[in-house]
Amino acid sequence: MSTGDQERTHETTESNRDDRNTGKRDADATFGGDYGGQYVPEALMPALQELEDAYERYVLENEDGFMDEFRERMREFGGRPTPLQRADRLSERYDREIYLKREDLLHGGAHKLNNALGQVLLAKYMGKERIIAETGAGQHGTATAMAAAHLDMPCEIYMGRTDINRQRPNVYRMRMNGAEVNPVTAGSGTLKEAINETMRDWATTVENTHYVIGSIVGPHPFPKLVRDFQSVIGEETRRQIQEQAGRLPDSVVACAGGGSNTMGTFHAFVPDEDVALYAVEAGGSSLQIDVEEGLAPNSATLSTGTDGVLHGAMTKLLQSEEGQIVESHSVSAGLDYAGVGPELAHLVDSDRVTPVNVDDDAALNGFHRLSNLEGIIPALESSHALGYLERTAGPDAETTSHDELGDLVVVNVSGRGDKDLETVLEETEKRDLEAAPDVEVFDG
Amino acid sequence: MSGDPAAADSEVEAAIRRNRPALITYITAGDPSLEDTKEYVEALDRGGSDLIELGLPFSEPIAEGSTIQAAINRALAAGTTPEGFFELVEDLETEAPLLVMTYYNMILQYERSEASRASGERAVNPRDEPDVRPFVERAADAGLSGIIVPDLPAEEADPLREACNDHGLDLVCIVAPTTEGERLERIMSQVSGFAYVQARLGTTGARANVSVATHDSLARLSKYDVPKAVGFGVSEGDHAAEIVEAGADGVIVGSALVDIIAEHGAGEENGDAPAADALEAKAAELKRGAVRGAESVTDDPEVTPEPEQP
Ligand SMILES: Cc1ncc(COP(=O)(O)O)c(C=O)c1O
Repeated sequence: MSTGDQERTHETTESNRDDRNTGKRDADATFGGDYGGQYVPEALMPALQELEDAYERYVLENEDGFMDEFRERMREFGGRPTPLQRADRLSERYDREIYLKREDLLHGGAHKLNNALGQVLLAKYMGKERIIAETGAGQHGTATAMAAAHLDMPCEIYMGRTDINRQRPNVYRMRMNGAEVNPVTAGSGTLKEAINETMRDWATTVENTHYVIGSIVGPHPFPKLVRDFQSVIGEETRRQIQEQAGRLPDSVVACAGGGSNTMGTFHAFVPDEDVALYAVEAGGSSLQIDVEEGLAPNSATLSTGTDGVLHGAMTKLLQSEEGQIVESHSVSAGLDYAGVGPELAHLVDSDRVTPVNVDDDAALNGFHRLSNLEGIIPALESSHALGYLERTAGPDAETTSHDELGDLVVVNVSGRGDKDLETVLEETEKRDLEAAPDVEVFDG
Repeated sequence: MSGDPAAADSEVEAAIRRNRPALITYITAGDPSLEDTKEYVEALDRGGSDLIELGLPFSEPIAEGSTIQAAINRALAAGTTPEGFFELVEDLETEAPLLVMTYYNMILQYERSEASRASGERAVNPRDEPDVRPFVERAADAGLSGIIVPDLPAEEADPLREACNDHGLDLVCIVAPTTEGERLERIMSQVSGFAYVQARLGTTGARANVSVATHDSLARLSKYDVPKAVGFGVSEGDHAAEIVEAGADGVIVGSALVDIIAEHGAGEENGDAPAADALEAKAAELKRGAVRGAESVTDDPEVTPEPEQP
């Protein structure tokens, strides 16, 4: 968009750009007409529109070479492209070709840097002076802190108390990179509360601050912006699998919390209708909502949620009948969220993405199995995708499942599990997990 | 008071114009219980409130500062439901028209919540698009005069505005310090009841002074002939005076009242008179302040108050 376009003349008939800044809904603000939108306090609307302009100019149209600089930095600072690796022992176990997209090898140890670096750089191009972000597992906070240090921007991270306790190593990493970490004590002290608090900060400081939202959630244009920065995962994967296996995969599997690694991996494959797309959510300890306690012992929003508005977007939610958002739960902090990206909600409703879920035990087994068999310690989030593989294609799987995944499967390993070791030891000790090593020996 | 669809004039606007400078008070319904809220609302009415906003609690109040967040937590812990809220409204006989302040998801889910209450199970297909009309109908039936939704900007407000128009309710829109240009024009052209002028960026919460942004906003909005009420941070009679003097038709006070409720804690044995008395006295102080501000405008129209730094 040229600067001339910004002084709208109303001469062009079509185009949602003419509706922007006029108080009318932008046709681009939703997925399929329902999901998405901009349900935020009035004070934030001008900032969202400023961001929308910047998104179009810098990201979509590469103005001032923004995307060139972004890709260059992702290569040199981030370590892109990440490998697509054939997992030999998993392939043997599941009697099919299993490939792993190694986002765990990205700088910081998760896919989160794709988005964080993109947004911090965008903030810089927009002339913003301060960065804020929420974090759940601490991976997005860490990635944002790294990107902010790299690009010399002051940075504050909001993180729930519970998450601070279960993801300590990431708290230290953020501090090392010069970010301030603000604990959030409201509610159950997890991702949802951290987002609330970051939004409140943003509503106060919006004139000089950019909010680097950590997944494909929030008001338009965040779900599209984040997806576009993350879609490099699927673009690389699509090219790599054709080079390495000679064809497109039968299925692509990724875990889904908010869904940024998910859509990042899926986006390039959405037009390939023969490629099945599986979004694996956290089944937690049970799929039932406890209405009395206002608590869902899971985060399986796509499978069990109902439509509503949370954090600026219409999407699928874990909520009570009355509309109160319930506290979600997962052994994995990064999946522990009562909402999900509106684009995934739309793709599930239109039957392009299949939502599935595995429980905490299956995820922990997935964690141990990959560590054991392949020498890769995955994040507990990514372990859900691996748990789904076992459930569908493992020795105990029902026979029909074989066709579901097909013969050539890509699994996105969205992050590495160093941050989770303490949790995994603790949770493993409580359970009888078939894939786990004897954790007693770790104590002495 | 009623939401008579045939009524051409807005009760909310009439209440402000008739009582100018108007005092608009807010408390959270169900904090600490719906019975207490009933007494508190009646006290605010006696104290001189010209409009009363009742918060229907939502679990994720992103526009709220810590005071009202805590009130909402207390109300939810007390088991406050939309239906309990509407029954309270039906019970209330106040001179001041009542408005409901809530977040959009509560409005969207009312149909489902009602369907399940009636049948004891989930009666609405989770894939059905939620509809705002059942909430608006119920609000009108219960006797509410308007709705304020802090997370519903003009861009998303069409469905709710249409439903409100059909049922004679005002959908009050918020004008922020950052609202400008064509958006401001459009929002001001859609004002229903009054324009809620947000005094400062950020969240609700009592403050020690009147913001510079209040004066800027009132100056910027002076050319629009609609009632303007200023909220976010107003806590004292002197603030009310200064804001009215600067051109507002009303002041909106919430956190300062919720603070009083919080200080008195859960209802005492003998009906919780002290909190109600304190609320009535606070409302009276605020109303006196507003009137003082209006008088000084009539006395000396040249006066331009010195804004304190925010
Ligand atoms: C490694 C990893 N994978 C996945 C997620 C979930 O986020 P999303 O669903 O946005 O990919 C997180 C979030 O913290 C994460 O750290």
